[in-house]
Amino acid sequence: MVNVLSDIYSVLWVDLRFLRRHWLRTLATSIVNPVLYLVAFGYGLGRGISFGGYSYLEFVIPGIIALTAMTGSYNGAGLKLHVDRLFYKCFDEYLLSPISLFSLAIGKTLIGVVRGLIASAALLVVGVLISPTLLISPLFLLVLISSCFVFSLLGVLVGLVAKSHQDMGTFSTLVILPMTFLSGTFFSLNQLPDAVKAALYVLPLTHSSESLRAAALGQPFPWLSFLALLGFGLIFFAGCMLALKRASV
Amino acid sequence: MEEVIETEKLAKRYGNVSAIEDLDLRVHAGEIFGFLGPNGAGKTTTIRVLTTLTKPTSGRASVSGFDVVKKPDKVKEMIGVVQQHLSLDRDLSVRENMEFRARLRHLGSAERKKRIDEWLDYVGLTEHANRIVDELSGGMKKRVSIVSSLMHRPKVLFLDEPTVGLDAQTRRRLWELIRRLNLDGTTIFLTTHYIEEAEALCQRVGIIHQGRLIALGKPLELRKKLGLITVETLVNNKETRYQYFADRAEATRYVQNLPPDVKTIIIRESNLEDVFVEQTGQKVEAD
Repeated sequence: MVNVLSDIYSVLWVDLRFLRRHWLRTLATSIVNPVLYLVAFGYGLGRGISFGGYSYLEFVIPGIIALTAMTGSYNGAGLKLHVDRLFYKCFDEYLLSPISLFSLAIGKTLIGVVRGLIASAALLVVGVLISPTLLISPLFLLVLISSCFVFSLLGVLVGLVAKSHQDMGTFSTLVILPMTFLSGTFFSLNQLPDAVKAALYVLPLTHSSESLRAAALGQPFPWLSFLALLGFGLIFFAGCMLALKRASV
Repeated sequence: MEEVIETEKLAKRYGNVSAIEDLDLRVHAGEIFGFLGPNGAGKTTTIRVLTTLTKPTSGRASVSGFDVVKKPDKVKEMIGVVQQHLSLDRDLSVRENMEFRARLRHLGSAERKKRIDEWLDYVGLTEHANRIVDELSGGMKKRVSIVSSLMHRPKVLFLDEPTVGLDAQTRRRLWELIRRLNLDGTTIFLTTHYIEEAEALCQRVGIIHQGRLIALGKPLELRKKLGLITVETLVNNKETRYQYFADRAEATRYVQNLPPDVKTIIIRESNLEDVFVEQTGQKVEAD
C-alpha cells in the first residue's frame, strides 16, 4: 500500500515539475475558452433570459465550470501522455520500472485532476465575483473533483490508445467538442424532446453539469446522475488498465 | 562462462511479417556484445523483447536467468535500457530527469541525491545538472540518458544505436564511457549499424539480417573465417569483386596473377562489412 502511494506520487511528481515550470501558460490557456463562453453566452446572448427563477448567468456558470473541469482534466492528462508516448517515446520508462500499472494509471490521472482543478478554481473565482449566489458547498466540491477524475481518466485512456496526433484531434472534434455544447452546459435539457434528452444522457458531461448545477444553485441533488458520472469513471478506468496491459504486444 | 542473456529459437512476428526469427543468442557476463545489422534488420525488436517491452511470438529469452515473459519484474531489476530515441523529459532539468528515474526505482531521498551526484560526476555533467535537457548538446543528452538508466545499478545495460546522429568526436567520447562502464562491471548489449563501432567496441558481435542471425563470434574470428585480407578488384571497369585471403602474401600472389581485364582497386584488411556482404550480398551501412 505504501509502495502504491509512493509510486503514484512518483508518476505525478514528474508532471508536477513540468507544471511548475509552465503553470502560467497552463492556467492562461485553460481559462481562455471558458471566459469567452462566459462573456459570449452569459453576458451577450443570455442577458434578459431567465431559467426557473435564475438569471441566465447564474444558470450558465455551473455549466461552464463543469466544462472547464472537463477540458482542463481531459487535456491535462491526455495531451502530454500522448506526446510522451508517441513523440518523445519516454513512456516506455514507466513500463521498464517496477511500478504497477495501477499506480501508473492513477498517477497519470492525478495530473489531469490537478490541472482541471486549477482551471476550475480560477473560473470559480470569476464566477463567485459576478454571481454571488453561487453555492460552493462540500457537495459542489465533491462533484467538481469527481468530474475532474472522470474526464482525466478519459484523457489517459485516449492518450494511451491514440495512434497518432490526428487520432487525438479526431476524438476532440467528434466527442469533446459536441459534449461541450450539448451536455446541458449552456441550456436546460428540459427544453428538448425526450428522445434527444435521452441521447444526451449518454454523455458523461451531462451528468457532471446537472449535478454541479444542482449543487451550486441549491436544487434537489440528482444522485442518480452523480452515480452515472462515477460509473463513467469506472468504465474509463477499466479501459486505461486494459490499454496499459496491452501496451506490450 | 556465465551467460547473462540467452535466447532460444526466439521469434517475433507482426501478422505475417516476421521481425525476428529463430534467434539463438548467448551474451556472456562482463562483455560488450554488439548486435550489428542494417536498419530494419530486427535489432530494436530484439532489444524490446529482451527488455520485456514486447512479448515474443515464440521461443524463449532470459536475462540473468529470469525468463522475460514469466519474470518480467525480475528482469527489469537487472537491466538498464537506453532507447534509440531520447527518452528524457526535454522540459525538465538533467537532475530532475535523473531524480524521476531514481524515484521510479524506489530509491529514498538521501540515496537518490548520492547516486545522482555520483553519476553526474562520472560523466562530467555536474556543472550542467540544473540545465534543461532541451538546451544540451546531442552528446550530453545521450550521456544523461545513459546515467539516468543506471540509477538502480543494473547488471546489464542495453543501448539501442547509442551513437546515431552524433559527430565522430562525440561518438568516441561515448565509446569511452561505454568501455568505462563495462570495466566497472556492467555487461553491455548494444545495437549498431556502424561497422567501425562494432569493431572498436565489442568483444563479440552477432550479425543480423532480415530478422535472422547470420554470424556470431569475436570480430577477429569472424574475419579469420573469411580471410583477414580483402582484395577489391574491378572487372571490365564495371563490376567490383571481393576476394579474401589469409594473409598479405597470399593476396599479393593473387593480384600478380590477375588477367589484364581485371584491375586491382585496393588490398586492405577485411572487416565485418565484408562478413556481412559475403553472407547477404548487401551492405550494412547502406541507408
